Amino acid sequence: MHPAFSVIFLTTLIGAGQGLFMALVTGQVYSLANLLEPQDNVTFYAAGSALALVLLGFGLVAAVFHLGKPSYFLTRAWRGVTQWRTSWLSRELIALPAFMLLVFLYAVSHYANLTNPLFVIKGQIPVDVTLLLGVIGSLASLVLFVCTAMIYASVRFLQEWHSPLTVANFILFGLASGFTLAAAFSAWSDVALVGFYGVWAVIFTVLAAITRGFSMYRNGRIKHKSTLQTAIGVRHTKIRQRSMGFMGGSFNTREFFHGAGAGSVAAVKLFFVVMVFLVPVALLAASNALGSAYLPILAFAVQYVGLMAERWYFFAEAKHPQNLYYQSVA
Amino acid sequence: MTQLALVIDLNVCVGCHACVTSCKEWNTSGWAGTMVDQRPYDADPTGTFFNRVQMFEVGEYPKTETVHFPKSCLHCEEPPCVPVCPTGASYKREDNGVVLVDYDKCIGCKYCSWACPYGMRELDEQQKVMKKCTLCIDRITDQDLPERERKPACVLACPTTARLFGDVHDPDSEVSIAIRENGGYQLMPEWGTQPANHYLPRRKTRIQIFDDELERADNPLKKEAPLPAAEGETLDDVAY
Ligand code: SF4
Ligand code: SF4
Repeated sequence: MHPAFSVIFLTTLIGAGQGLFMALVTGQVYSLANLLEPQDNVTFYAAGSALALVLLGFGLVAAVFHLGKPSYFLTRAWRGVTQWRTSWLSRELIALPAFMLLVFLYAVSHYANLTNPLFVIKGQIPVDVTLLLGVIGSLASLVLFVCTAMIYASVRFLQEWHSPLTVANFILFGLASGFTLAAAFSAWSDVALVGFYGVWAVIFTVLAAITRGFSMYRNGRIKHKSTLQTAIGVRHTKIRQRSMGFMGGSFNTREFFHGAGAGSVAAVKLFFVVMVFLVPVALLAASNALGSAYLPILAFAVQYVGLMAERWYFFAEAKHPQNLYYQSVA
Repeated sequence: MTQLALVIDLNVCVGCHACVTSCKEWNTSGWAGTMVDQRPYDADPTGTFFNRVQMFEVGEYPKTETVHFPKSCLHCEEPPCVPVCPTGASYKREDNGVVLVDYDKCIGCKYCSWACPYGMRELDEQQKVMKKCTLCIDRITDQDLPERERKPACVLACPTTARLFGDVHDPDSEVSIAIRENGGYQLMPEWGTQPANHYLPRRKTRIQIFDDELERADNPLKKEAPLPAAEGETLDDVAY
Protein backbone atom coordinates (compact mmCIF):
# COMPACT_ATOMS: atom_id res chain seq x y z
CA MET A 1 0.00 0.00 0.00
CA HIS A 2 1.07 3.55 -0.61
CA PRO A 3 1.77 5.33 2.69
CA ALA A 4 -0.15 8.64 2.64
CA PHE A 5 1.36 11.34 4.81
CA SER A 6 -2.07 12.57 5.84
CA VAL A 7 -2.82 9.19 7.41
CA ILE A 8 0.65 8.85 8.94
CA PHE A 9 0.25 12.23 10.68
CA LEU A 10 -3.38 11.60 11.61
CA THR A 11 -2.83 8.25 13.32
CA THR A 12 0.41 9.15 15.11
CA LEU A 13 -0.82 12.57 16.31
CA ILE A 14 -4.15 11.43 17.67
CA GLY A 15 -2.49 8.34 19.17
CA ALA A 16 -0.11 10.54 21.16
CA GLY A 17 -2.95 12.91 22.10
CA GLN A 18 -5.13 10.05 23.31
CA GLY A 19 -2.24 8.54 25.25
CA LEU A 20 -1.39 11.88 26.88
CA PHE A 21 -4.99 12.38 27.96
CA MET A 22 -5.16 8.90 29.44
CA ALA A 23 -1.85 9.55 31.21
CA LEU A 24 -3.28 12.70 32.80
CA VAL A 25 -6.38 10.86 33.98
CA THR A 26 -4.23 8.01 35.29
CA GLY A 27 -2.26 10.57 37.31
CA GLN A 28 -5.48 12.02 38.67
CA VAL A 29 -6.81 8.61 39.68
CA TYR A 30 -3.53 7.72 41.39
CA SER A 31 -3.57 10.97 43.35
CA LEU A 32 -7.15 10.24 44.35
CA ALA A 33 -5.93 6.98 45.85
CA ASN A 34 -3.19 8.96 47.59
CA LEU A 35 -0.52 7.15 45.64
CA LEU A 36 0.72 10.35 44.03
CA GLU A 37 0.85 14.01 44.92
CA PRO A 38 -2.23 15.84 43.61
CA GLN A 39 -1.23 18.30 40.88
CA ASP A 40 -2.36 21.79 40.09
CA ASN A 41 -5.65 21.88 38.23
CA VAL A 42 -4.74 24.69 35.89
CA THR A 43 -1.04 24.40 35.15
CA PHE A 44 -0.98 20.61 35.00
CA TYR A 45 -4.34 19.06 34.11
CA ALA A 46 -5.86 21.92 32.13
CA ALA A 47 -2.60 22.74 30.35
CA GLY A 48 -1.84 19.06 29.73
CA SER A 49 -5.22 18.32 28.24
CA ALA A 50 -4.96 21.48 26.16
CA LEU A 51 -1.73 20.03 24.76
CA ALA A 52 -3.57 16.78 24.00
CA LEU A 53 -6.27 18.82 22.29
CA VAL A 54 -3.65 20.55 20.13
CA LEU A 55 -2.31 17.19 18.97
CA LEU A 56 -5.82 15.96 18.21
CA GLY A 57 -6.53 19.18 16.36
CA PHE A 58 -3.46 18.76 14.18
CA GLY A 59 -4.55 15.17 13.57
CA LEU A 60 -7.91 16.45 12.40
CA VAL A 61 -6.20 18.88 10.03
CA ALA A 62 -4.17 15.98 8.62
CA ALA A 63 -7.41 14.02 8.17
CA VAL A 64 -8.90 16.89 6.17
CA PHE A 65 -6.02 16.56 3.72
CA HIS A 66 -6.84 12.90 3.29
CA LEU A 67 -10.17 13.82 1.71
CA GLY A 68 -10.35 14.06 -2.07
CA LYS A 69 -10.51 17.82 -1.76
CA PRO A 70 -10.11 19.68 1.57
CA SER A 71 -13.31 21.55 0.73
CA TYR A 72 -15.22 18.27 1.08
CA PHE A 73 -14.64 18.72 4.82
CA LEU A 74 -17.15 21.55 4.83
CA THR A 75 -19.51 20.37 2.13
CA ARG A 76 -19.66 16.61 2.46
CA ALA A 77 -17.77 15.24 5.45
CA TRP A 78 -20.86 15.39 7.66
CA ARG A 79 -22.20 12.47 5.65
CA GLY A 80 -19.29 10.46 6.99
CA VAL A 81 -21.08 9.93 10.30
CA THR A 82 -24.13 8.34 8.71
CA GLN A 83 -22.83 4.81 8.04
CA TRP A 84 -21.69 3.92 11.56
CA ARG A 85 -23.69 0.71 11.43
CA THR A 86 -21.30 -0.85 8.92
CA SER A 87 -18.22 1.32 8.49
CA TRP A 88 -15.35 1.62 10.98
CA LEU A 89 -14.26 4.78 9.20
CA SER A 90 -17.65 6.28 9.91
CA ARG A 91 -17.36 5.20 13.55
CA GLU A 92 -13.99 6.92 13.79
CA LEU A 93 -15.48 10.08 12.32
CA ILE A 94 -17.93 10.07 15.24
CA ALA A 95 -15.49 8.95 17.93
CA LEU A 96 -12.81 11.54 17.14
CA PRO A 97 -14.89 14.73 17.57
CA ALA A 98 -16.72 13.17 20.53
CA PHE A 99 -13.41 12.44 22.23
CA MET A 100 -12.10 15.92 21.43
CA LEU A 101 -15.19 17.43 23.03
CA LEU A 102 -14.61 15.36 26.19
CA VAL A 103 -10.95 16.44 26.34
CA PHE A 104 -12.06 20.03 25.94
CA LEU A 105 -14.62 19.69 28.74
CA TYR A 106 -12.03 17.96 30.94
CA ALA A 107 -9.64 20.87 30.39
CA VAL A 108 -12.37 23.42 31.11
CA SER A 109 -13.59 21.65 34.25
CA HIS A 110 -10.04 21.61 35.62
CA TYR A 111 -9.51 25.20 34.61
CA ALA A 112 -12.74 26.19 36.37
CA ASN A 113 -11.77 24.13 39.41
CA LEU A 114 -14.97 22.09 39.46
CA THR A 115 -13.64 19.83 42.19
CA ASN A 116 -16.56 19.74 44.59
CA PRO A 117 -17.51 16.06 44.95
CA LEU A 118 -20.77 15.23 43.24
CA PHE A 119 -21.09 11.99 45.17
CA VAL A 120 -18.91 9.68 47.19
CA ILE A 121 -18.43 6.02 46.39
CA LYS A 122 -18.40 3.74 49.46
CA GLY A 123 -17.69 6.74 51.68
CA GLN A 124 -14.12 6.84 50.38
CA ILE A 125 -13.82 7.98 46.80
CA PRO A 126 -15.11 11.48 46.12
CA VAL A 127 -16.20 11.81 42.52
CA ASP A 128 -16.16 15.29 41.03
CA VAL A 129 -16.89 16.57 37.53
CA THR A 130 -13.25 16.38 36.46
CA LEU A 131 -12.92 12.74 37.45
CA LEU A 132 -16.20 11.84 35.78
CA LEU A 133 -15.14 13.53 32.54
CA GLY A 134 -11.71 11.94 32.81
CA VAL A 135 -13.09 8.42 33.13
CA ILE A 136 -15.65 8.89 30.36
CA GLY A 137 -12.98 10.52 28.20
CA SER A 138 -10.59 7.61 28.76
CA LEU A 139 -13.28 5.17 27.66
CA ALA A 140 -13.91 7.32 24.61
CA SER A 141 -10.18 7.30 23.94
CA LEU A 142 -10.14 3.50 23.99
CA VAL A 143 -13.14 3.42 21.65
CA LEU A 144 -11.32 5.80 19.31
CA PHE A 145 -8.21 3.60 19.37
CA VAL A 146 -10.31 0.61 18.41
CA CYS A 147 -12.14 2.49 15.65
CA THR A 148 -8.90 3.81 14.15
CA ALA A 149 -7.22 0.42 14.24
CA MET A 150 -10.27 -1.44 12.94
CA ILE A 151 -10.28 0.74 9.83
CA TYR A 152 -7.17 -1.22 8.90
CA ALA A 153 -7.74 -4.49 10.72
CA SER A 154 -11.21 -4.97 9.23
CA VAL A 155 -10.09 -4.98 5.59
CA ARG A 156 -9.75 -8.71 5.12
CA PHE A 157 -8.01 -8.38 1.77
CA LEU A 158 -5.00 -6.78 3.43
CA GLN A 159 -3.97 -9.89 5.30
CA GLU A 160 -1.02 -8.15 6.96
CA TRP A 161 -3.48 -5.84 8.71
CA HIS A 162 -6.34 -8.26 9.22
CA SER A 163 -5.38 -9.32 12.73
CA PRO A 164 -6.13 -8.38 16.36
CA LEU A 165 -2.43 -7.49 16.60
CA THR A 166 -3.16 -4.36 14.57
CA VAL A 167 -5.57 -3.16 17.25
CA ALA A 168 -3.11 -4.02 20.03
CA ASN A 169 -0.34 -2.14 18.21
CA PHE A 170 -2.38 1.00 17.71
CA ILE A 171 -3.43 1.10 21.37
CA LEU A 172 0.04 0.36 22.74
CA PHE A 173 1.85 2.76 20.40
CA GLY A 174 -0.61 5.49 21.37
CA LEU A 175 -0.19 4.81 25.07
CA ALA A 176 3.60 4.56 24.79
CA SER A 177 3.97 7.88 22.99
CA GLY A 178 1.31 9.53 25.18
CA PHE A 179 2.94 8.49 28.44
CA THR A 180 6.36 9.51 27.12
CA LEU A 181 4.85 12.86 26.28
CA ALA A 182 3.34 13.04 29.77
CA ALA A 183 6.81 12.44 31.21
CA ALA A 184 8.19 15.15 28.95
CA PHE A 185 5.38 17.50 29.93
CA SER A 186 5.98 16.81 33.63
CA ALA A 187 9.69 17.42 33.22
CA TRP A 188 9.03 20.64 31.34
CA SER A 189 6.56 21.97 33.89
CA ASP A 190 8.76 20.81 36.76
CA VAL A 191 6.26 18.37 38.20
CA ALA A 192 7.49 15.35 40.14
CA LEU A 193 5.70 12.83 37.93
CA VAL A 194 8.52 12.26 35.44
CA GLY A 195 9.47 8.95 37.02
CA PHE A 196 5.87 7.75 37.29
CA TYR A 197 5.04 8.48 33.67
CA GLY A 198 8.47 7.36 32.53
CA VAL A 199 8.01 3.92 34.07
CA TRP A 200 4.61 3.51 32.42
CA ALA A 201 6.01 4.79 29.13
CA VAL A 202 8.71 2.12 29.26
CA ILE A 203 6.16 -0.56 30.14
CA PHE A 204 3.91 0.39 27.21
CA THR A 205 6.89 0.68 24.87
CA VAL A 206 8.05 -2.80 25.79
CA LEU A 207 4.52 -4.21 25.37
CA ALA A 208 4.26 -2.49 21.99
CA ALA A 209 7.60 -4.01 21.00
CA ILE A 210 6.21 -7.44 21.83
CA THR A 211 2.96 -7.08 19.88
CA ARG A 212 4.65 -5.33 16.95
CA GLY A 213 7.32 -8.02 16.97
CA PHE A 214 4.60 -10.66 16.73
CA SER A 215 2.88 -8.89 13.86
CA MET A 216 6.15 -8.49 11.96
CA TYR A 217 6.87 -12.18 12.49
CA ARG A 218 3.36 -13.05 11.32
CA ASN A 219 3.60 -10.80 8.28
CA GLY A 220 6.97 -12.21 7.33
CA ARG A 221 5.47 -15.68 6.90
CA ILE A 222 2.04 -14.75 5.67
CA LYS A 223 0.54 -16.87 2.92
CA HIS A 224 -1.52 -14.75 0.58
CA LYS A 225 -4.87 -16.20 -0.35
CA SER A 226 -5.03 -14.84 -3.87
CA THR A 227 -2.72 -15.88 -6.67
CA LEU A 228 -2.43 -15.02 -10.33
CA GLN A 229 -4.27 -18.30 -10.92
CA THR A 230 -7.37 -17.28 -8.97
CA ALA A 231 -7.07 -13.69 -10.20
CA ILE A 232 -7.69 -14.62 -13.83
CA GLY A 233 -9.06 -18.11 -13.29
CA VAL A 234 -6.53 -20.06 -15.32
CA ARG A 235 -5.15 -23.29 -13.94
CA HIS A 236 -1.49 -23.27 -14.86
CA THR A 237 1.64 -23.00 -12.77
CA LYS A 238 3.30 -20.52 -15.14
CA ILE A 239 1.36 -17.34 -15.71
CA ARG A 240 2.96 -13.99 -16.42
CA GLN A 241 1.36 -10.67 -17.05
CA ARG A 242 2.59 -9.13 -20.28
CA SER A 243 0.46 -6.01 -20.27
CA MET A 244 -1.62 -4.23 -17.64
CA GLY A 245 -3.41 -2.40 -20.40
CA PHE A 246 -1.70 1.01 -20.14
CA MET A 247 1.76 2.47 -19.73
CA GLY A 248 1.56 5.76 -17.82
CA GLY A 249 0.22 4.45 -14.51
CA SER A 250 -3.23 4.71 -12.99
CA PHE A 251 -4.89 5.03 -9.60
CA ASN A 252 -4.20 1.33 -9.16
CA THR A 253 -0.46 1.71 -9.60
CA ARG A 254 -0.29 4.83 -7.40
CA GLU A 255 -2.48 3.87 -4.45
CA PHE A 256 -1.42 0.28 -3.88
CA PHE A 257 2.35 0.35 -4.41
CA HIS A 258 4.81 2.17 -2.16
CA GLY A 259 7.42 2.38 -4.89
CA ALA A 260 10.38 1.99 -2.53
CA GLY A 261 13.05 -0.66 -3.03
CA ALA A 262 13.40 -3.62 -0.71
CA GLY A 263 16.54 -2.03 0.75
CA SER A 264 14.76 1.19 1.73
CA VAL A 265 11.89 -0.74 3.30
CA ALA A 266 14.33 -2.79 5.38
CA ALA A 267 16.14 0.42 6.38
CA VAL A 268 12.88 2.04 7.53
CA LYS A 269 12.09 -1.08 9.54
CA LEU A 270 15.46 -0.96 11.31
CA PHE A 271 15.10 2.80 11.81
CA PHE A 272 11.72 2.54 13.51
CA VAL A 273 12.75 -0.35 15.72
CA VAL A 274 15.66 1.75 17.00
CA MET A 275 13.71 5.02 17.24
CA VAL A 276 10.46 3.73 18.73
CA PHE A 277 11.73 1.11 21.14
CA LEU A 278 15.45 1.28 21.90
CA VAL A 279 16.36 4.97 22.05
CA PRO A 280 13.31 6.22 24.03
CA VAL A 281 13.70 3.49 26.65
CA ALA A 282 17.39 4.33 26.99
CA LEU A 283 16.66 8.05 27.22
CA LEU A 284 13.90 7.58 29.80
CA ALA A 285 16.19 5.37 31.88
CA ALA A 286 18.96 7.94 31.63
CA SER A 287 16.62 10.76 32.62
CA ASN A 288 15.56 8.77 35.65
CA ALA A 289 19.18 8.45 36.67
CA LEU A 290 20.22 12.02 35.83
CA GLY A 291 16.99 13.86 36.64
CA SER A 292 17.28 15.85 33.43
CA ALA A 293 14.31 17.90 32.23
CA TYR A 294 15.31 17.61 28.60
CA LEU A 295 15.87 13.92 28.12
CA PRO A 296 12.14 12.98 28.36
CA ILE A 297 11.36 15.66 25.79
CA LEU A 298 14.05 14.25 23.54
CA ALA A 299 12.67 10.76 24.18
CA PHE A 300 9.23 11.85 22.97
CA ALA A 301 10.62 13.62 19.89
CA VAL A 302 12.66 10.54 18.94
CA GLN A 303 9.76 8.18 19.53
CA TYR A 304 7.37 10.33 17.53
CA VAL A 305 9.69 10.39 14.52
CA GLY A 306 10.08 6.63 14.92
CA LEU A 307 6.32 6.16 15.01
CA MET A 308 5.94 8.04 11.74
CA ALA A 309 8.45 5.61 10.23
CA GLU A 310 6.57 2.72 11.82
CA ARG A 311 3.31 3.89 10.22
CA TRP A 312 5.07 4.22 6.86
CA TYR A 313 6.32 0.68 7.19
CA PHE A 314 2.86 -0.48 8.29
CA PHE A 315 1.53 0.63 4.91
CA ALA A 316 4.52 -0.56 2.92
CA GLU A 317 4.36 -4.09 4.33
CA ALA A 318 0.70 -4.59 3.39
CA LYS A 319 0.25 -6.26 0.01
CA HIS A 320 -3.08 -5.80 -1.70
CA PRO A 321 -4.40 -8.63 -3.91
CA GLN A 322 -5.21 -6.12 -6.66
CA ASN A 323 -1.45 -5.82 -7.24
CA LEU A 324 -1.63 -9.17 -9.03
CA TYR A 325 -3.31 -7.37 -11.91
CA TYR A 326 -0.64 -4.65 -12.10
CA GLN A 327 2.65 -6.46 -12.58
CA SER A 328 3.80 -5.42 -16.01
CA VAL A 329 3.91 -1.91 -17.44
CA ALA A 330 2.83 -2.21 -21.05
CA MET B 1 -34.31 -10.29 -7.71
CA THR B 2 -32.55 -9.18 -10.84
CA GLN B 3 -28.78 -9.16 -10.97
CA LEU B 4 -27.46 -7.60 -14.12
CA ALA B 5 -23.95 -8.63 -15.09
CA LEU B 6 -21.48 -9.17 -17.87
CA VAL B 7 -20.19 -12.52 -19.02
CA ILE B 8 -16.83 -12.21 -20.74
CA ASP B 9 -15.73 -14.96 -23.06
CA LEU B 10 -11.94 -15.29 -22.89
CA ASN B 11 -12.15 -17.78 -25.71
CA VAL B 12 -13.14 -15.10 -28.20
CA CYS B 13 -11.62 -11.90 -26.80
CA VAL B 14 -8.86 -10.78 -29.14
CA GLY B 15 -7.67 -7.90 -26.94
CA CYS B 16 -8.64 -5.14 -29.38
CA HIS B 17 -9.58 -2.57 -26.65
CA ALA B 18 -12.77 -1.58 -28.49
CA CYS B 19 -14.68 -1.98 -25.21
CA VAL B 20 -12.16 0.27 -23.43
CA THR B 21 -12.52 3.13 -25.85
CA SER B 22 -16.28 2.86 -26.26
CA CYS B 23 -16.66 2.76 -22.47
CA LYS B 24 -14.61 5.90 -22.07
CA GLU B 25 -16.42 7.62 -24.92
CA TRP B 26 -19.87 6.89 -23.54
CA ASN B 27 -19.20 7.43 -19.88
CA THR B 28 -17.02 10.51 -20.00
CA SER B 29 -19.91 12.37 -21.58
CA GLY B 30 -22.70 10.63 -19.66
CA TRP B 31 -24.05 10.38 -16.14
CA ALA B 32 -20.74 9.08 -14.72
CA GLY B 33 -18.57 11.70 -16.42
CA THR B 34 -16.21 13.19 -16.70
CA MET B 35 -13.35 10.71 -16.82
CA VAL B 36 -10.45 13.07 -16.99
CA ASP B 37 -7.04 12.35 -18.51
CA GLN B 38 -3.84 13.90 -17.25
CA ARG B 39 -0.99 14.60 -19.68
CA PRO B 40 -2.75 12.65 -22.47
CA TYR B 41 -0.12 13.57 -25.07
CA ASP B 42 2.98 13.53 -22.86
CA ALA B 43 5.41 10.83 -21.90
CA ASP B 44 3.46 9.84 -18.81
CA PRO B 45 -0.24 9.80 -19.68
CA THR B 46 -2.78 8.67 -17.11
CA GLY B 47 -6.50 8.89 -16.63
CA THR B 48 -9.66 7.34 -15.30
CA PHE B 49 -10.99 4.23 -17.01
CA PHE B 50 -13.81 1.92 -15.97
CA ASN B 51 -12.57 -0.91 -18.12
CA ARG B 52 -9.10 -2.18 -18.95
CA VAL B 53 -7.92 -4.99 -21.18
CA GLN B 54 -4.85 -6.79 -19.91
CA MET B 55 -2.75 -9.55 -21.39
CA PHE B 56 -1.37 -12.62 -19.73
CA GLU B 57 0.98 -15.27 -21.03
CA VAL B 58 0.19 -18.77 -19.86
CA GLY B 59 2.85 -21.47 -20.09
CA GLU B 60 6.48 -21.53 -21.17
CA TYR B 61 7.63 -20.79 -24.71
CA PRO B 62 6.99 -22.47 -27.13
CA LYS B 63 3.98 -23.94 -25.32
CA THR B 64 2.41 -20.59 -24.56
CA GLU B 65 -1.03 -19.23 -24.84
CA THR B 66 -2.10 -15.59 -24.80
CA VAL B 67 -5.05 -14.66 -22.61
CA HIS B 68 -6.61 -11.27 -23.22
CA PHE B 69 -8.32 -10.28 -20.05
CA PRO B 70 -10.90 -7.46 -19.92
CA LYS B 71 -11.32 -6.16 -16.39
CA SER B 72 -14.05 -3.99 -14.88
CA CYS B 73 -16.17 -3.90 -11.72
CA LEU B 74 -17.75 -7.31 -11.22
CA HIS B 75 -20.87 -5.97 -9.45
CA CYS B 76 -20.37 -8.44 -6.61
CA GLU B 77 -23.45 -9.88 -4.95
CA GLU B 78 -21.69 -9.47 -1.59
CA PRO B 79 -19.80 -6.28 -2.42
CA PRO B 80 -17.16 -5.67 0.28
CA CYS B 81 -16.65 -2.15 -1.07
CA VAL B 82 -20.15 -0.98 -0.06
CA PRO B 83 -20.41 -1.42 3.74
CA VAL B 84 -17.03 0.26 4.38
CA CYS B 85 -18.07 3.55 2.79
CA PRO B 86 -18.53 6.12 5.58
CA THR B 87 -20.86 8.40 3.63
CA GLY B 88 -23.23 5.96 1.97
CA ALA B 89 -21.95 7.14 -1.42
CA SER B 90 -21.26 3.55 -2.46
CA TYR B 91 -24.37 1.45 -2.82
CA LYS B 92 -25.84 -1.54 -4.58
CA ARG B 93 -29.09 -0.95 -6.41
CA GLU B 94 -31.92 -3.03 -5.01
CA ASP B 95 -33.76 -3.41 -8.30
CA ASN B 96 -30.96 -4.64 -10.58
CA GLY B 97 -27.92 -5.32 -8.40
CA VAL B 98 -25.66 -2.73 -10.05
CA VAL B 99 -23.03 -1.32 -7.66
CA LEU B 100 -22.76 2.46 -8.00
CA VAL B 101 -21.15 5.52 -6.42
CA ASP B 102 -23.12 8.69 -5.74
CA TYR B 103 -20.58 11.29 -6.88
CA ASP B 104 -22.31 14.04 -4.91
CA LYS B 105 -21.85 12.22 -1.62
CA CYS B 106 -18.36 10.72 -2.09
CA ILE B 107 -15.58 12.42 -0.09
CA GLY B 108 -12.77 10.70 -1.97
CA CYS B 109 -11.43 8.88 1.07
CA LYS B 110 -10.48 5.86 -1.10
CA TYR B 111 -11.47 3.42 1.62
CA CYS B 112 -13.75 1.47 -0.73
CA SER B 113 -10.87 0.95 -3.15
CA TRP B 114 -8.93 -0.80 -0.38
CA ALA B 115 -11.93 -3.05 0.17
CA CYS B 116 -12.14 -4.23 -3.45
CA PRO B 117 -9.75 -7.16 -3.89
CA TYR B 118 -9.84 -6.76 -7.68
CA GLY B 119 -8.70 -3.13 -7.95
CA MET B 120 -11.75 -2.19 -9.96
CA ARG B 121 -12.25 1.29 -8.47
CA GLU B 122 -10.34 4.36 -9.60
CA LEU B 123 -10.28 7.81 -8.01
CA ASP B 124 -10.85 10.50 -10.60
CA GLU B 125 -7.93 12.90 -10.39
CA GLN B 126 -9.97 15.95 -11.28
CA GLN B 127 -13.28 15.42 -9.53
CA LYS B 128 -11.57 13.63 -6.63
CA VAL B 129 -14.39 11.14 -6.23
CA MET B 130 -14.35 7.38 -6.63
CA LYS B 131 -15.37 6.02 -10.02
CA LYS B 132 -15.97 2.60 -11.42
CA CYS B 133 -17.97 0.72 -14.03
CA THR B 134 -21.68 1.56 -13.82
CA LEU B 135 -22.72 -1.12 -16.32
CA CYS B 136 -23.79 1.99 -18.29
CA ILE B 137 -26.67 2.48 -15.90
CA ASP B 138 -27.79 5.51 -17.91
CA ARG B 139 -28.13 3.39 -21.07
CA ILE B 140 -29.56 0.16 -19.72
CA THR B 141 -32.34 1.93 -17.80
CA ASP B 142 -33.16 4.45 -20.52
CA GLN B 143 -36.63 3.56 -21.77
CA ASP B 144 -36.26 6.01 -24.65
CA LEU B 145 -33.61 3.87 -26.29
CA PRO B 146 -34.73 1.03 -28.53
CA GLU B 147 -34.59 -2.29 -26.69
CA ARG B 148 -31.55 -3.61 -28.52
CA GLU B 149 -29.49 -0.55 -27.55
CA ARG B 150 -30.28 -0.87 -23.84
CA LYS B 151 -26.94 -2.56 -23.27
CA PRO B 152 -23.58 -1.35 -21.92
CA ALA B 153 -21.45 0.46 -24.48
CA CYS B 154 -18.70 -2.17 -24.26
CA VAL B 155 -21.12 -4.98 -25.14
CA LEU B 156 -22.36 -3.12 -28.22
CA ALA B 157 -18.81 -2.30 -29.29
CA CYS B 158 -17.21 -5.72 -29.00
CA PRO B 159 -16.51 -6.92 -32.57
CA THR B 160 -16.16 -10.58 -31.52
CA THR B 161 -19.19 -10.76 -29.21
CA ALA B 162 -16.89 -11.63 -26.32
CA ARG B 163 -19.15 -9.70 -23.95
CA LEU B 164 -22.63 -10.86 -23.04
CA PHE B 165 -25.00 -8.85 -20.87
CA GLY B 166 -28.05 -9.93 -18.92
CA ASP B 167 -29.64 -11.10 -15.69
CA VAL B 168 -27.59 -13.85 -14.06
CA HIS B 169 -30.47 -14.64 -11.69
CA ASP B 170 -32.77 -15.60 -14.54
CA PRO B 171 -31.87 -19.21 -15.37
CA ASP B 172 -33.07 -18.87 -18.94
CA SER B 173 -31.16 -15.71 -19.79
CA GLU B 174 -28.40 -15.77 -22.38
CA VAL B 175 -25.80 -15.12 -19.69
CA SER B 176 -27.02 -17.85 -17.34
CA ILE B 177 -27.05 -20.38 -20.15
CA ALA B 178 -23.54 -19.34 -21.20
CA ILE B 179 -22.25 -19.67 -17.64
CA ARG B 180 -23.95 -23.03 -17.18
CA GLU B 181 -23.02 -24.61 -20.48
CA ASN B 182 -19.59 -23.13 -21.10
CA GLY B 183 -17.99 -23.38 -17.68
CA GLY B 184 -18.42 -19.78 -16.52
CA TYR B 185 -16.43 -18.92 -13.40
CA GLN B 186 -15.87 -16.06 -10.93
CA LEU B 187 -12.61 -14.26 -10.15
CA MET B 188 -10.91 -14.83 -6.78
CA PRO B 189 -13.69 -17.05 -5.39
CA GLU B 190 -11.64 -17.37 -2.18
CA TRP B 191 -12.99 -14.06 -0.83
CA GLY B 192 -16.67 -14.95 -0.98
CA THR B 193 -17.54 -11.70 -2.76
CA GLN B 194 -19.79 -13.57 -5.23
CA PRO B 195 -18.97 -11.51 -8.31
CA ALA B 196 -21.98 -11.23 -10.60
CA ASN B 197 -19.75 -10.94 -13.67
CA HIS B 198 -18.48 -14.26 -14.90
CA TYR B 199 -15.72 -15.29 -17.27
CA LEU B 200 -15.89 -18.10 -19.78
CA PRO B 201 -12.63 -20.05 -20.03
CA ARG B 202 -10.51 -20.63 -23.12
CA ARG B 203 -11.81 -23.79 -24.74
CA LYS B 204 -10.42 -26.14 -27.38
CA THR B 205 -12.61 -28.24 -29.66
CA ARG B 206 -11.15 -31.71 -29.93
CA ILE B 207 -12.55 -34.95 -31.31
CA GLN B 208 -11.97 -37.97 -29.21
CA ILE B 209 -10.74 -40.88 -31.30
CA PHE B 210 -9.42 -44.29 -30.29
CA ASP B 211 -6.85 -46.42 -32.12
CA ASP B 212 -9.30 -49.10 -33.14
CA GLU B 213 -11.39 -46.44 -34.80
CA LEU B 214 -8.45 -45.71 -37.09
CA GLU B 215 -8.34 -49.30 -38.30
CA ARG B 216 -10.75 -50.79 -40.79
CA ALA B 217 -12.82 -52.97 -38.52
CA ASP B 218 -14.08 -54.99 -41.47
CA ASN B 219 -10.60 -55.73 -42.83
CA PRO B 220 -10.65 -59.54 -43.14
CA LEU B 221 -6.83 -59.78 -42.82
CA LYS B 222 -6.91 -57.68 -39.59
CA LYS B 223 -3.91 -55.78 -40.90
CA GLU B 224 -3.45 -52.89 -43.25
CA ALA B 225 -2.21 -54.14 -46.59
CA PRO B 226 -0.53 -51.85 -49.13
CA LEU B 227 -3.01 -49.89 -51.15
CA PRO B 228 -4.02 -51.59 -54.41
CA ALA B 229 -2.44 -48.67 -56.27
CA ALA B 230 0.96 -50.20 -55.54
CA GLU B 231 -0.06 -53.20 -57.62
CA GLY B 232 -0.84 -51.03 -60.64
CA GLU B 233 -4.59 -51.09 -60.57
CA THR B 234 -6.93 -49.37 -58.16
CA LEU B 235 -10.55 -49.97 -57.34
CA ASP B 236 -11.37 -46.88 -59.34
CA ASP B 237 -9.87 -48.47 -62.42
CA VAL B 238 -12.19 -51.41 -62.25
CA ALA B 239 -15.04 -50.92 -64.59
CA TYR B 240 -18.35 -52.43 -63.67
S1 SF4 C 1 -15.60 -5.76 -8.20
FE1 SF4 C 1 -14.80 -4.47 -6.56
S2 SF4 C 1 -15.81 -2.49 -6.86
FE2 SF4 C 1 -16.98 -3.99 -8.02
S3 SF4 C 1 -18.61 -4.66 -6.60
FE3 SF4 C 1 -16.91 -6.13 -6.41
S4 SF4 C 1 -15.72 -5.36 -4.71
FE4 SF4 C 1 -17.04 -3.66 -5.36
S1 SF4 D 1 -14.03 7.11 -1.69
FE1 SF4 D 1 -16.19 7.79 -1.78
S2 SF4 D 1 -17.33 5.94 -2.30
FE2 SF4 D 1 -15.32 5.27 -1.59
S3 SF4 D 1 -15.55 4.88 0.63
FE3 SF4 D 1 -14.86 7.02 0.43
S4 SF4 D 1 -16.75 8.20 0.36
FE4 SF4 D 1 -17.35 6.08 -0.04
